[in-house]
Amino acid sequence: MRIGVPRESKPGETRVAATPKTVEQIRKLGYDVAIESGAGLSASFTDAAFSAAGADIVGAEVWDADVIMKINAPNDEEIARLGPGQTLISLLAPALSPELVDALAARGVTALAMDAVPRISRAQSLDVLSSMANIAGYRAVIEAANEFGSLFTGQVTAAGKVPPAKVLVVGAGVAGLAAIGTANSLGAIVRAFDARSEVGEQVESMGAEFLRIDVEDAGPSATGYATETSADFDRKAAQLYSTQAQEVDIIITTALIPGRPAPRLITEEMVASMKPGSVIVDMAAANGGNVAGSAPDAKVVTDNGVTILGYTDLPGRLPTQASQLFGTNLVNLLKLMTPDKDGQLVLNLDDVVIRGMTVTKQGEVLWPPPPVSVSAAPVAAVAAPIEPKPVKVKDPNRKFWYVGIGAAALLLLAPFLPEAFLPQITVFALAIVIGYYVIGNVHHALHTPLMSETNAISGVIVVGALLQLGTGDTLITVLAFVAVLIASINVFGGFMVTYRMLNMFRKA
Amino acid sequence: MELTTPTLVTAAYLVTAILFILAFANLNKHETAKHGNYFGIAGITVAIVSTIGLAIDRDGLDVLVYIVAAMVVGALVGIWRARTVEMTGMPELIALLHSFVGLAAVLVAYNSFFEAENFPEVKALYERLGTEGIHNGEVFLGVFIGAVTLTGSIVAFLKLSARMKSAPLMLPARHWLNLAAVVVSAGLMVWFVIEPSIVPLAIMTVIALAFGWHLVASIGGGDMPVVISMLNSYSGWAAAATGFLLNNNLLIVAGALVGSSGAYLSYIMCLGMNRSFISVIAGGFGTDGQIAVEAKDYGEHREINAEDATALLAEASSVIITPGYGMAVAQAQYPVAELTRRLRENGTEVRFGIHPVAGRLPGHMNVLLAEAKVPYDIVLELDEINDDFPDTDVVLVIGANDTVNPAAIDEPGSPIEGMPVLHVWESRDVIVFKRSMATGYAGVQNPLFFKDNTQMLFGDAKQRVDDIVAALPSRERAQELAAP
Repeated sequence: MRIGVPRESKPGETRVAATPKTVEQIRKLGYDVAIESGAGLSASFTDAAFSAAGADIVGAEVWDADVIMKINAPNDEEIARLGPGQTLISLLAPALSPELVDALAARGVTALAMDAVPRISRAQSLDVLSSMANIAGYRAVIEAANEFGSLFTGQVTAAGKVPPAKVLVVGAGVAGLAAIGTANSLGAIVRAFDARSEVGEQVESMGAEFLRIDVEDAGPSATGYATETSADFDRKAAQLYSTQAQEVDIIITTALIPGRPAPRLITEEMVASMKPGSVIVDMAAANGGNVAGSAPDAKVVTDNGVTILGYTDLPGRLPTQASQLFGTNLVNLLKLMTPDKDGQLVLNLDDVVIRGMTVTKQGEVLWPPPPVSVSAAPVAAVAAPIEPKPVKVKDPNRKFWYVGIGAAALLLLAPFLPEAFLPQITVFALAIVIGYYVIGNVHHALHTPLMSETNAISGVIVVGALLQLGTGDTLITVLAFVAVLIASINVFGGFMVTYRMLNMFRKA
Repeated sequence: MELTTPTLVTAAYLVTAILFILAFANLNKHETAKHGNYFGIAGITVAIVSTIGLAIDRDGLDVLVYIVAAMVVGALVGIWRARTVEMTGMPELIALLHSFVGLAAVLVAYNSFFEAENFPEVKALYERLGTEGIHNGEVFLGVFIGAVTLTGSIVAFLKLSARMKSAPLMLPARHWLNLAAVVVSAGLMVWFVIEPSIVPLAIMTVIALAFGWHLVASIGGGDMPVVISMLNSYSGWAAAATGFLLNNNLLIVAGALVGSSGAYLSYIMCLGMNRSFISVIAGGFGTDGQIAVEAKDYGEHREINAEDATALLAEASSVIITPGYGMAVAQAQYPVAELTRRLRENGTEVRFGIHPVAGRLPGHMNVLLAEAKVPYDIVLELDEINDDFPDTDVVLVIGANDTVNPAAIDEPGSPIEGMPVLHVWESRDVIVFKRSMATGYAGVQNPLFFKDNTQMLFGDAKQRVDDIVAALPSRERAQELAAP
């Protein structure tokens, strides 16, 4: 089959859905690749480079390919070029643009949305939202640093002390974590907040301080994305933001809730309370913004000198790397859909990943897919098909019962035992107790030597047999002789093999 | 108080008993384990020398001929076996040594019975002490425990050395057979105590031998760690029973120490398999109601070749190896040790995670790795390493199956539900060395093989590990590659 990669038509789009490297990988799967002339120019991939990788450089006939791979959703004109039998793979935002889904269905196209990859670990390699968010988070910090009039890192110089910048990252998803890592490596003091307290550890591992508020949190969500929060939570979070706004120099907001407008987190008053020269990057500007006063694709400077960046093309500002990652995500999708590596695309709707991404199939609308439940943390109430066995609750006092019963049994039994027997029982019982405690301390790695040692020591039964050798009775002597012999095997063999084993153990 | 040989011997036995306790106490850690062995040797030397002294004192110098002959032969055989045994063959050797204790206990108990029968003065002594009945009971119990240990250990030995198929023997109504053996033996004991004669003793011996045989024959090969520990315990109780019937406190102490040691090890093994202790001691466990697991579709497994596995290992910064019995079967411990050494030279952190029931003997894996010169301080136990998997790049599962099965945790109703397992799947990548997709001992499919971060490396474990070692870039080469 032939895969076509057209030039992106969306104004300002710098990325391309394939790079020379991914073209090679796609061709290994058995496909032919056609690239529209100039498609990769703004991402620094020349036609010659694509051609060298084995792609055909074509004009508008790229749209005749069996599979069209794009970054952005097609515009009306492009949709008109699609027809039955063709497969489109791109960002589609099917939840937000039902009319686009209908239009594609009307053309009889099979469409897969790269932004509808289920968040399960197997699908991570094709999740463009993650790979793009990663880049965007990095770029957000770079943009902020660009606008910020001071250094990120603290220094002590001959000309005086430079305080480190303080950065607050709101939302610790992929973008947030990338921003935290970047800001941290630039030397800033980084704080982060997220409604899901489960991500605290990840935040701390990236080098930021995780801010916590004292409230029942939203908890792990079944889809792996954040969900909307409670009123009490919002109130306490708002307090946190307003305190932080007065302290920090940079705020980067990444809070998005899928299928809903972005939550408004930073109010006008908070922006107004920030120091002049502070920078806010609103990574949710495209979806309505987390910050009051932010505008999509715009740089806004407030009256008190706070710069609010609402760029929505942050990944596109690193077009080469973004294209490579997007292209690799597409290659991974093709790998999944080309099980035989024969250049034939197979749409296996039994695969939850494919099912989740498939928006239309030959004109039939398949959106929305059935939900796939996943989470980074285990979700508390997993519906168990089989009732778990009831766990027996052990009585914490049972050891007292055992001791009591044992002692009572011994006391009751003692009068019936001959006197000569009691000392033996005493020795026996005490030896068991000593044995239990001593053996309990033996290191697990030494259990085999322990067993061979016990083999040797139980060979002490030889002393019983030794005293039976001299009775003068032939039968007894013969039996005792055999007993001494085999018990000696135990004694000598047991100690010898223990010695051998213990000599093997050595420290690094 | 007069210094006589018997009092000296009693004192010597006390010294020995304390030396035995010190022997076990010093085995608790690697640093002092050898001292423990020396204490044990010292203890047994004191016991044997003093006993020989007592025997000569009582029976004259002639007896020394028998003693020397029997002990020299026994020593030669024992040392010869101990020096030549392969570490992979340790379970067989230990099973065999258990059976010797059982046999010795039977012989000594029979002798004690014959002594009382053939020598009126011995019988008179018991009558005077009023312990005749007790003595008879002790003889009977000594023979019973000894005989069960004897045949049980022989079956374990045969199964471990593959001279007998390791699948459990499933006789109809086997629990009733076991119960009948115990009840009949108890009846015979009453008979024997009231009227001691060779007849009930001999009948019981046959029953006990058959009982011991059946008990272990009905247990499958994978449960061997429990079986061996259990037989270890039985051999201790056999020695203790002998101590009771000979009125010998040293034997009682040594037997109790060994018996509780074996019981404790079986207890640990039971925890490791999530089985109940009682059902194990009773024998014939884990075989109830053949496990009928419905075939569940876990999806596709992914394969990897040695070359890609090498690449994964070469760039990993932390690796955990979880070996199982399969490593011993394939004799893969040497290449694994070599791989470990090479990876560590390249700066990779390599550790081992050992499940309590990995192998056929408690601590078996540790001995195999020690033999291959893997330092013991990187060989960790389940509890010590289980929290570290999420921070680990690559886990190599070599010849292990049930001990790394996530079904134990997340599949209620699975036959291995609740068994503690190594959480290997929490690491970044898992490579499973396996011959084929066959199930493990428990007959349970392992969802680990179908996890997204798991890749299967099929073939003989030794061969595959050798391939990886051969393909692994040397230290210099690795540095070259790392340099831009």
